[in-house]
Amino acid sequence: MSEVLLEAREVSKRFGGVKALTGVSLTIRRGEIYGLIGPNGAGKTTFFNCLTGLYVPDGGGFVFDGQPLQADAPQKAAVRGIARTFQNIRLFPEMTALENVMVGRHVRTCAGVLGAMLRTRATQLEEARIRRRAEELLYYVGIADRAGDLARNLSYGDQRRLEIARALATEPRLLCLDEPAAGMNGAETEALKGLIDGIRQDGITVLLIEHDMKLVMGLCDRLAVLDYGQKICEDVPAVVQKDKRVIEAYLGEVPEDA
Amino acid sequence: MRHPILRALLRLSRHKALLLLGGGAILLALPFVAMLGGQAWVRILDLAILYVFLALGLNIVVGFAGLLDLGYIAFYAVGAYTWALLASPHFGLHLPFWVILPIGALLACLFGVLLGAPTLRLRGDYLAIVTLGFGEIIRIFLNNLNAPVNITNGPQGITLIDPVKFGAFSFSSRTEIFGYTLVGPQKYYFLLLALCVLVVGINYRLQHSRIGRAWQAIREDEIAAKAVGIDTRNMKLLAFAMGASFGGIAGGIYAAMQGFVSPESFSLIESIMVLAMVVLGGMGHIPGVILGAVLLAVLPEALRFAVLPVQQALFGKVLVDPESLRMLIFGLALVLVMRFRPQGLWPSPERKRELLAGQEGRT
Amino acid sequence: MDTLLQQLINGIVQGSIYALVALGYTMVYGIMGLINFAHGEVVMIGAMVAISALGALMALGLPMGLAAPLALAAAMLVCMGLGAGLERIAYRPLRNAPRLTPLITAIGMSIILQNLAMMIWSRNYLTFPSLIEKVSFEVAGAHFSNVQALIVVLAGLSMAGLLLLVYRTRLGMAMRATSQNLAVARLMGVDVDRVIAAAFIIGSAMGALAGFMVGAYYEIAHYQMGFMLGLKAFTAAVLGGIGNLAGAMLGGLLLGIIEALGAGYIGDLTGGFLGSHYQDIFAFVVLIGVLMFRPSGLLGEKTGERA
Repeated sequence: MSEVLLEAREVSKRFGGVKALTGVSLTIRRGEIYGLIGPNGAGKTTFFNCLTGLYVPDGGGFVFDGQPLQADAPQKAAVRGIARTFQNIRLFPEMTALENVMVGRHVRTCAGVLGAMLRTRATQLEEARIRRRAEELLYYVGIADRAGDLARNLSYGDQRRLEIARALATEPRLLCLDEPAAGMNGAETEALKGLIDGIRQDGITVLLIEHDMKLVMGLCDRLAVLDYGQKICEDVPAVVQKDKRVIEAYLGEVPEDA
Repeated sequence: MRHPILRALLRLSRHKALLLLGGGAILLALPFVAMLGGQAWVRILDLAILYVFLALGLNIVVGFAGLLDLGYIAFYAVGAYTWALLASPHFGLHLPFWVILPIGALLACLFGVLLGAPTLRLRGDYLAIVTLGFGEIIRIFLNNLNAPVNITNGPQGITLIDPVKFGAFSFSSRTEIFGYTLVGPQKYYFLLLALCVLVVGINYRLQHSRIGRAWQAIREDEIAAKAVGIDTRNMKLLAFAMGASFGGIAGGIYAAMQGFVSPESFSLIESIMVLAMVVLGGMGHIPGVILGAVLLAVLPEALRFAVLPVQQALFGKVLVDPESLRMLIFGLALVLVMRFRPQGLWPSPERKRELLAGQEGRT
Repeated sequence: MDTLLQQLINGIVQGSIYALVALGYTMVYGIMGLINFAHGEVVMIGAMVAISALGALMALGLPMGLAAPLALAAAMLVCMGLGAGLERIAYRPLRNAPRLTPLITAIGMSIILQNLAMMIWSRNYLTFPSLIEKVSFEVAGAHFSNVQALIVVLAGLSMAGLLLLVYRTRLGMAMRATSQNLAVARLMGVDVDRVIAAAFIIGSAMGALAGFMVGAYYEIAHYQMGFMLGLKAFTAAVLGGIGNLAGAMLGGLLLGIIEALGAGYIGDLTGGFLGSHYQDIFAFVVLIGVLMFRPSGLLGEKTGERA
């Protein structure tokens, strides 16, 4: 087993005349927290969407766990073990928190129509397992007490946590988080940091898009910086912080003592 | 078989168990009460239950998976014509029901898949129009496939269709049981009721399964559903095919019960009628759909009996015939319900669901 | 090859009528994303009002040259009112509702209008009086009449008028802005309610004209005539790229021609198995085909899925 989990090779994506990504290559190692940062519009979310099959790249591709990723449909990415959250939270609003996570188990379970109609022993057992796992995950992200609430009635921070629980339910090897701390206050961000660190401890590799530099610098093992769709830097946080091009790209947005 | 049912009954609260037993008793007594008013009333009951069956089939498509199907009656037609062609003097075939019903269901399912496969990735309102067009195509074919080779017998339809028969026990004739004479429509009532209980069970179990959750997820946010690994196209296709199969079965029973089918029973307005039952009752909520189906199936009959005398009494002549009044009320009901109660007359009580999940979810 | 030319002529005439109706669908869809299912009934009511008006005017002794334009004006006025009423009463309250809600409302309105029309004008086929002395021309073995020529010319003129309106006036600019982004257009001070109402009114006026033409062409009208016509016109709009005005015109003409050629040759193609009474299925086959292979239509822009 090589230590590289994901390799992006020369990924390019255009929208009409706009080059959202130009030849972006990067490697993510097993068990690390990898940050993807850059100014607004740098192409971070586009990269996510290409990786998770929402967009089909115009050029280049991904190798995941030694196998090329057929990134033409999101469900295939999930089957391979890539889960994601969305920048603008996308939950199933009229389902309870518990049901949201149970849906996440879909891809790792197999009960079909016949099993459901006849309610066979196997189906019942599987259903119980799904439920138990979902409850565990809610507890894990810290919202077990909201299990029965409809997703749309949860607070913003809890919705973010629920989305992570749902992604974890698919048993990913790579968890992609798109600005998980957006809109969170200091205490919530701190708790989130603990959660992401715990996820990594459990052996799941994390790819993180984030604007909160304190969180990124404190959490990530390595980062890549995108600017105008191109990777301008890839290294450990201490080096990235000192990189001239990065500082230029951010126009001094990077706090010097972070 | 009795054991789990008994257990399930015992688990219910006393209130619910009473409701269930009372409801069951009423359902069993209904055809005998209706018979007092004549066979016509029993027939109305039969049709109402058939509509419940159909509406529950469509509920899988519209209510669970959120796909608007405006051509549902086409699958009903496929089932009905399958029965009609395989069990009537038209081709001289008289196959037994346990052969024809599965063929009808499979054929309808096949049509569903053929139609759904290319169109289900489209946006919802496009799907609606395509299914509508499909319904019309089926009807045009039924109307015209009598020349040069006579397959459907055209607009005249097919007559003398075999009834449902278990061996020598025919559902269309009279039977003496315990000194009481059961007429055909009463026997069909019990057959349909049994089928309906079955389909309610299937609906309920599907809804609360891995598949049902996937459907609801697709309905609420398709992109998020894909992101957690649900193959949305296959899931939609599954819902579509299942709905179609139920339509096919209902169609077969309809053909056997009426003994006669013709293309005009399968017009667009029938599709819309079944859709309205689902929508007015409460999409995705099984009791609501049943209520919608019963209301829309029985109300017009009641109107038919009431409208003429009332108009005679008020105006001294008939100004509006019951059929068009029925359609007017029907159209108005669609518009008003969408405006003031878009979730339907009896939507699913989500609060209760919340509480239930909450109790079990606490750790 | 005389039948080919003949079928082409028939197709173009029928196609210009489809195009007129398709414009009504496409304008409303372009601006607010709604399939106005009841538009076909508006066309039917246009034809019905025209018949009643013609009857009344001729009973007053007006010459046809005067009665016909007046009847057309009456039909257009009634339909414009109807379109505005539909929008105000049925659709406006649902503007933020889920997609399927207004679609079901539209189906309900369609049923209501059809049955009202049946109560007013009976369930019989009504004869549309012939408006002008029919003169037939012959070119290369194919026949066409002055009525057909008039239909094509009138349809062309009104479409040109619509294009002028949309691309050369302030209202047109507001309409284009609203169809690009309703929320932003409102922020820029566009009276969005007025723009949407205008789309319904203009579409209905063109629908009335189409209804009048169908009546004059086939010399018959029926309360159910709008349904199939509407469905086909919608197909035409999808074929051209829904939301796109030029697309609706192109789609209408193409559909008319496909239908006419299809009906003319289906017998030969299937060895006599399917006859010309299958004419109605062409529209649906085209619809399903377009949606399968090019859902954005011939002139529509490709729209990607958004994350």
